[in-house]
Amino acid sequence: MAMMELMKAVYPVEAADYTSAGSASADIKRRLKKLGITGDVLRRVAVASYEVELNLVIHSLGGELDLVVYPEYVQLVSSDRGPGIPDLSLAMREGWSTANDEARSLGFGAGMGLPNMKRNADEFDIQSTVGVGTNITMRFRLA
Amino acid sequence: MKVSELCELIQAENLTPSLEEDREITCGYACDLLSWVMAHGDEGMAWVTVQTHMNVVAVAVLSEMACIVLPEGIRMEAESLQKANDEGMAVLTSPLTAYEICGRMMAHGVAAHS
Repeated sequence: MAMMELMKAVYPVEAADYTSAGSASADIKRRLKKLGITGDVLRRVAVASYEVELNLVIHSLGGELDLVVYPEYVQLVSSDRGPGIPDLSLAMREGWSTANDEARSLGFGAGMGLPNMKRNADEFDIQSTVGVGTNITMRFRLA
Repeated sequence: MKVSELCELIQAENLTPSLEEDREITCGYACDLLSWVMAHGDEGMAWVTVQTHMNVVAVAVLSEMACIVLPEGIRMEAESLQKANDEGMAVLTSPLTAYEICGRMMAHGVAAHS
């Protein structure tokens, strides 16, 4: 039997759109708050969703964030249209970044995005194929 | 320490005067790399940064900080200020350097972590 979905939302995220970057994460946080999710879990989802949203803006050719809230956990899936990550273990290393000058001039590119997501999520999975795209699945336990 | 008290301590001008100034500051931080701040930011934090674009406001709001502090008389763009006002995030600008702002906050009992 499929688990009951309490809430579902999809956010398209455009590449290099720095002005509205962060609006999806802000909306996710607002919606979760309305569902009564607070404290540590809310904070961890907020940090991870911001990081994954900014990664789509900075590194991808565009993609989307899918939020689903189940009774037991919050699930956030990021999928993009490329370019894909050639070396995942390097990308997961703190301090490693391929952000361009525009992103760096705004204070991004610390090389903390993926490690921050992994640290804040209870479950973290990343799959990437060069020329195809990257999928990240994060889950945050509610109980 | 309240936001209004910090204003006085660092001779700051409040760029979001319509917001209430009685929010309590529980800790302080200085950094200009946003991802780094996302990893170390905390609720109630007074964050000193030279960055002034929209994403600074987003990071401060997501981390539930008390205020953003701009050093050396730096101003914030109207667009970012509007967002800060909408989100209820106080923005201060001080003529002092980031180093001196942090020094004064520490000397007056604002901790590094909440």
